[in-house]
Order: sequence, then C-alpha cells, then structure tokens
Amino acid sequence: MDRLELTDAAPASPPAAQHDAPDDAPIIRIRGLVNRFGDNIIHDQLDLDVRRGEILGVVGGSGTGKSVLMRSIIGLQQPAAGSITVFGEPMLDRDPADPELIAVQKRWGILFQNGALFSTLTVSENVQVPLREYYPAMSARLREEIAAYKILMTGLNAVDGPKYPAELSGGMRKRAGLARALALDPELLFLDEPTAGLDPIGAAAFDEQTLELQRTLGLTLFLITHDLDTLHAICDRVAVLADKKVIAVGTIDELLALDHPWIQEYFNGPRGRVAHGARPLAGEALA
Amino acid sequence: MAPITRRMGQIGLPCNAICPTVRPMATPADFTERDDAQGRTISLSGTLSLACLGDVPARLDAIADGVAQIDLAGLDHIDTIGAWVVHRFAMRMDAPVTGAGEDAQRLLDAVARNDEPLATAAPPLNPVVRVLAETGDAVRLTGQTMLGLIGFLGATTLSFGRLITHPRSVRINAVVQRLEVVGIKALAIVGLMSFLVGIVIAQQGSVQLQQFGMEVLTVNLVGRLTFRELGVLMTAIMVAGRSGSAFAAQIGTMMLNEEVDAMRTIGVRPMEALVMPRILATVIMMPLLGFYASVCAVIGGGFLCAVSLDIPPVTFVQRLREVVPITDLYVGLVKAPVFGLIIGIAGCFQGLQVRGNAEEVGTRTTAAVVQAIFLVIVIDAVFAVFFTWIGWN
Repeated sequence: MDRLELTDAAPASPPAAQHDAPDDAPIIRIRGLVNRFGDNIIHDQLDLDVRRGEILGVVGGSGTGKSVLMRSIIGLQQPAAGSITVFGEPMLDRDPADPELIAVQKRWGILFQNGALFSTLTVSENVQVPLREYYPAMSARLREEIAAYKILMTGLNAVDGPKYPAELSGGMRKRAGLARALALDPELLFLDEPTAGLDPIGAAAFDEQTLELQRTLGLTLFLITHDLDTLHAICDRVAVLADKKVIAVGTIDELLALDHPWIQEYFNGPRGRVAHGARPLAGEALA
Repeated sequence: MAPITRRMGQIGLPCNAICPTVRPMATPADFTERDDAQGRTISLSGTLSLACLGDVPARLDAIADGVAQIDLAGLDHIDTIGAWVVHRFAMRMDAPVTGAGEDAQRLLDAVARNDEPLATAAPPLNPVVRVLAETGDAVRLTGQTMLGLIGFLGATTLSFGRLITHPRSVRINAVVQRLEVVGIKALAIVGLMSFLVGIVIAQQGSVQLQQFGMEVLTVNLVGRLTFRELGVLMTAIMVAGRSGSAFAAQIGTMMLNEEVDAMRTIGVRPMEALVMPRILATVIMMPLLGFYASVCAVIGGGFLCAVSLDIPPVTFVQRLREVVPITDLYVGLVKAPVFGLIIGIAGCFQGLQVRGNAEEVGTRTTAAVVQAIFLVIVIDAVFAVFFTWIGWN
C-alpha cells in the first residue's frame, strides 16, 4: 500500500489521459524514484529528465545503479516508489499487454551490455525479430532487406548477416545488438556501456557511428558509459549518479564548475584530463 | 538546450520534424499516379514510416515499369524504412526521386550507402544427399561421443589414481557438498518413488498370482525384484535425471563463462576440482540410495500385502528372509557403483563438451541424461547375463 500511495502522491505524475507530451516536454521524466534490493537502497528520490533529441550520458561509480535506472525506465525492474513517464506515458504499474505501453515499446530500442543477441538466431534473424513481432504483415523480403541495411548501417559487413552470435567478436556483437535496437526506427535509444570492452579504435568508430546515426535518424540517446572519451565526444549532457541520486546534470563544462569531490575526481583524474584535451566529435563537425 | 538546438540547426531541421512523436492524426502512407510532361509520376503522400506503411510496399511492388519519376513533395514524414521502400522502388524503376525534403534526402542517402545484399547461408542440399549427410554426421558424432566417453573414463581413472597417490589433493569439502546434493537431498523423492513402485509391483503381481491361488508368492516377487533389479535401476534413473543433468548444466555453464579456462590458468585441474567430486559422489551414493530404495520398495510391498492380501508384516518379513537369498542384495549393490560411475561420467563429460551458446547447454544436458540411462540399462543387461553365468540366480 505504501508504494501505491507514494506513486500516486508523486507531484510530477502527469494525468493518465495525456498520451503524448508536447514537443518541449522531456522524453523521459523520472520523479522521486526509489529502488531497493532488500535493505540495500540503490536510488532514493531520484529525479531525471531526458530531453528530446539529446544524447544524455549517465555516469557513476560501479554499483551506483546506472543499469538499474535503465532497467526501471524500460520496465524490467519494478521500483519501490516514484513515477516514470516515457513519451508522456506513465510506465509503472502497467499491464504488459496494454496497447499504449506496447506503442511506447515500439518507439524505443535497447542495446544491452553484452548485446543480448538471441544465440540460436543469425544476426540477420536477430534484427528481424522486432519487425516480425510488431509488424507480422510485412513481407519477408522487405523484412530481410531492412535487416540488411540496418546491419550495414551499424558498420558490420554483408558477410556477417548469416553468422550466429557465437561466431562474432565482442565488438561485432555490440554492433549487431545496435542493429537490432534500431530495427523499428526508434526515437529513443538506450545504450548500456556500448564501448566497454572495445579497443580504442573500435570504440571511437562506434562513437562516430552512434553520433552519425543520431544525426541521421534524429534519435534521443540514453547512454550509460564509463568511457570518458565517449562522454566528451558525443554527449550533449551528462547526468552524474552518486549518493543514490542524480547529483548533477549538465554539459561537462558545467559539471566541472561544480565543487563535488566525485565529479572532480572523475573528470579531473588522470584519465579525465586526457579525454578533456581531445576535441569533441560534435565540435569538430560543427567547426 | 544550447547543444541540442545547435545540433538541430546543423542538420537544418526543427526538432519536431525529426521526432514527430506528436502524431495523433498521422495520415497513412499513400501514393497517386499521374502523367505529365516528364512521363508517369508516382507521388507519395502521408507518413511513410514503419507504423504507417500499410500496403504501400506491396502496391509499389505491383507496378511493373514505366515510371519516369517519384515525387516525395507530399510526404509529411519519412523514416529509414520508408526511405528504403522508396530507394528500392527507385532503383527498380531506374527513376529519379524528386521533391525530397532535406531529411528525406538524408535518409535516402543513408540507406543508399548501405544497399548491399547480405551474404546468404549455403543453399539447402537435395533431400537424398541431405539424408545421407545427416546419417553420416550422426554416425560420426555417435562414434566420436563413444570414443570421447571412453577417453574420459581413462582420464577419470588417471585422476583417481592421482587422488590415491596424493590423498591431499582430494577436495573434501567439494566431495561432501556433492554427497549432500546427490544423496541426502534425493532421499525424499527416491524413497517416495520406491515405496510407490513397491506397492504397484505387489498389487499387479498379486492380481496375476491370485489366478493360481498363490498370492503368497507376491512376497517373492517384491523381494527379489526390488533387491536385484528395480531398486537400483529406478534409483539410477532418478539420479541421472536429478544429478547427471545438473552436472552437465553446471559444468556447461561454467564452460560458457570461461570459468573452466580460468581454473586451468591458475593451476586448478578441472578434472580434480569439478569432475572428481561429482563422480565420487555418484559412485558413493548410488549403492546407499539403491539399498535405501530397495528397502522402501519392500516396505511398500509389505504395506500392500498387509492391507489387501491379509499377510501381516511379521509373516511378510519372515517369508522375505526365507525366499530372498543374500546374493540378491549383492547383485544390486555390485551394480550400483557402476551405474553411479556411468551417470557421473556422462554428466561431466557432456558438460565439458559445451561450446558456443546457451542452447548447447540444453542439448548437452539432454544428451547426458539420455546417455546415462541408456548405458545404465545396457550395463544392467550385461550384469544380468553375468550373474546368471556365475550362478547367482
């Protein structure tokens, strides 16, 4: 009962009848989120907005609940309290078969940390799964063609299509996962540590491709990462998770102006300084 | 907001043109044909996105040829899937695309850059060749598995020899833990199963024997059958299903996680740390469980005799001691550790064969159970012949 009352009492909870947010409203809106495992509180009254069309980087030490936050938004983790709306649609305590919830699910794509490819399907079949599931009427040929260009778009080669995930390297698996996440042309993309485990060249290429895709398709990105280069290169804003909350959201320069020890340590540590010295990809392209 | 507007400005679009999430009245995609100075023109209109495509791709496919240009000026919105449909149609017609807005053009360029058919898997062979090939594959695989099992038996024997010569390398904790999982935790289910099997044998047997007025022979039937065969055999099947499968699944998952490789690199022998405790556990526990199962089955039989045949328990036990020779117990107990060895080896061997993906774990687990039960029954038959031969009837 406690949980329900808290959910209802959340101040920012929009009326249920409002299906689609106006353009300037945040795509994801989180208010008063509480997550706990037993006595271990992960998030305590966490608030966060993700704006339309931005690349939001989410950083935080290990165990600060970055992945739990993502899982809460996409409905894999039931929070103890709080409210989450995506595209203006409340996400918590929903019937999984609710057509409005499914409509939201069609508008997002998710790349899990290890790709989470279906191991018994080929790369091409993996990409076709969401299309097959949500648009059963689509012709098989069109579906295969869509899978083909999605796979090529993420930087894989034509020969990788009929391969099984077990035959791919870690980086290729991430690209294949990205291709599957992009299968439905989502407006919102969740990436969980997309560059972890990639070599620096591969990671830089992945960053570049992500940015390229974001620009081509006009995506909003929710990007969990530990990669300082990625943060500097492609993120518009960075949200810092610490002390069970989002302690700050802003551009890296704005964050650096704050006097929080963890933020200073994170961005001004030896690795942070090196990454800061590099020119961001976005700026490069703009110059 | 600064970085966002900057980015949007760079690609020259207002936010809501890129993400028109507010489309309460999105017009479905459609097209019209007209003939003008340039020739036959297809004009697309509405929202050419995945959700609103409708039958447009099919209708476009139905147009054979003769299109001079494709006009996109009437489009409200387009996504990459819409762009792909247009691109494919334009390629097939060899017709120019006109009137594309900036975003449509960008998406068309993006899909055009990635227009390359995927490599396809090799085409299926003709059925005769395929049947032959699959038969050959199955034979080869069975042969390899048998060889592998024999090799694994050898490796197990070597490890066992090493354990005897280096008793300190026995992992006592692991063995005890396995003994508990394989043996103690199976007591309830094995006991219940055997009790019920005992009742069934006694009941079915008594119905037949009654026809000869020989109900009293039910005691012979229950006593000899359970001690010689059923007690141990049913236990072996239960242990194969319970523990053999668990061995294969546990070790298989560890193979996938590279835990077994990690063990090797830090000097832990998987044979010693993973395989030996499990095999020792099944070898030690099978005779104990088998004996326990036989006793439970006899109790079940005795229960039925008391309830429906009016043979009181005292008479039942007395009669049991007269008709069941001690060799029957030996027959059961000699077979049990061999069955345990088979179950343990099949489980661990299949677990260590797991490569690649999660599906393999399931396949290997199934194989472990099937092989274990099959081999147990084959060996049981061999034993039956052997015991007859040495006169333990």
